Amino acid sequence: MNEPAIELKGLSFGYDGSPVLEGVNLSVPQGEYLAVLGPNGGGKTTLLKLLLGLEQPTAGTVRVLGQEPSQASRLVGYMPQLTSQGRDFPISVLQTALLGRLNSRSWWPRWPRRDRDKAMECLERVGVEHLADKPLSDLSGGQRQRVFIARALAGEPRMLLLDEPTASVDPEGRASLQELLGELAKTLTVVLVSHDLSVISRHVSCVACVNRTVHFHPRPEVTPEMFGMMYQCGPHSCPVEMIAHGIPHRVLAPHEVKP
Amino acid sequence: MIDILSYDFMRNALMAGLLASVACGIIGTLVVVNRVVFVAGGISHAAYGGVGLAFFLGLPVLPVTVAFSLGVAALMAKVTFGKRERADTVVGVLWAAGMAFGIILMDLTHGYNVDLMSFLFGSILSVPQSDLWLMAGLDTLLVAVVAFAYRGFLAMSFDPEFAGLRGVPVKLLHLAMLCMIAVSIVMIIRVVGLILVIALLTIPPYLAERGGRSLGGMMTASALYSVLFCLSGLALSYAFDLTSGASIIAVATVWFFASQGLKGRRA
Repeated sequence: MNEPAIELKGLSFGYDGSPVLEGVNLSVPQGEYLAVLGPNGGGKTTLLKLLLGLEQPTAGTVRVLGQEPSQASRLVGYMPQLTSQGRDFPISVLQTALLGRLNSRSWWPRWPRRDRDKAMECLERVGVEHLADKPLSDLSGGQRQRVFIARALAGEPRMLLLDEPTASVDPEGRASLQELLGELAKTLTVVLVSHDLSVISRHVSCVACVNRTVHFHPRPEVTPEMFGMMYQCGPHSCPVEMIAHGIPHRVLAPHEVKP
Repeated sequence: MIDILSYDFMRNALMAGLLASVACGIIGTLVVVNRVVFVAGGISHAAYGGVGLAFFLGLPVLPVTVAFSLGVAALMAKVTFGKRERADTVVGVLWAAGMAFGIILMDLTHGYNVDLMSFLFGSILSVPQSDLWLMAGLDTLLVAVVAFAYRGFLAMSFDPEFAGLRGVPVKLLHLAMLCMIAVSIVMIIRVVGLILVIALLTIPPYLAERGGRSLGGMMTASALYSVLFCLSGLALSYAFDLTSGASIIAVATVWFFASQGLKGRRA
């Protein structure tokens, strides 16, 4: 039970010889709310695929909840990035959440009672149970996002893996979604992947920055060093000023000298 | 208009239209939601290679064509699953190659008059009783397979990556889907022709997709649309002495564009 949620050792990965991730070491304990940040093309998506077992590392090892990623995938609730693809797909909200309860023995169209109850419970937990019978295509971006979180929760995971959960949501919806994720993080490990620094809400407990390597910070802050690594500028001469509204900021902590 | 039913060939044509509609409703829905219309087009054209092969070897047409199309479908399943970047190009190549292969084999087969037109447009007005039974059998098989693996097909169509992570055998289902497409297409082409198959596989499911809440509902609705188009198309072809397959497609196309226009105005 006490094995780390995520453990990467000497991990490297590349497509056709061009490295995407190199020499990554990372250990994240269970129960954390981890924000994985990094620029587009920095290897965030690759890292996610390695954690899900969809890609195999070229070197090093990946352990998720102490197991091989392909074995652990049933303990992980995955929410892919929301795309406009399949916008008109004929499916109800409840049926979408139920897909999180699928297994390799799901034959015939009918869902068992237990699965339906569980899916309903998950829709309730994310606050969209009143939409259960609606077609998914009628929902707004924020509501759809919640349904997909419910689908991830329906499999009773020990860890949630969310890819850009706030990307297609308006600012208000974003804040309430962050509250929801903070609430969920009280009971399970949450890993959130984003290119957007503003996802570091007050609930996030640690941060990992990905740009070919991974820099782990066990506190909810981005140091100038990490910022520099992400955006290719030196830690002390960053040409970018960080400006954001509305969120109480603890973003730039003084740079600490590593022991 | 009722005297239309007093002809045997007309009754058979209606029956063929109904049976083809059921198959097209089921398969067409899977084709549309999985975005494999191009693949379905490729398989159906490449099937002509099987027809050519059967004539060249002097073997029975149906089994050889089914086997040939299954081979093409398996090949396409391999190239279209997962890495899809260049898959459409490969499908295009197989599409053209299969068709050309069939035509060349027909050329090489002495004493046989090439009948490409009946492959393209079929002959719904001259469907023998035995073909109706064959199609009824196909419909039964399709309903059974899709009902059995319904949740798997639903999950694969909605989000194959997620389904795979949940332990659904997506690769197998993808192959099964393309094989069902291949067999259905070969069976239905004999009856209504290639062009009508493509029309029935795409137009009704497209119309049925909007606002739906279930894949099964979409299958039913698109089968009903197909039936409607087949019945009204056949009636028109009888009344005005037009080619039956083309009349059915004309009705479907007019309906398609009319609904697009209405949708555009509402939006």
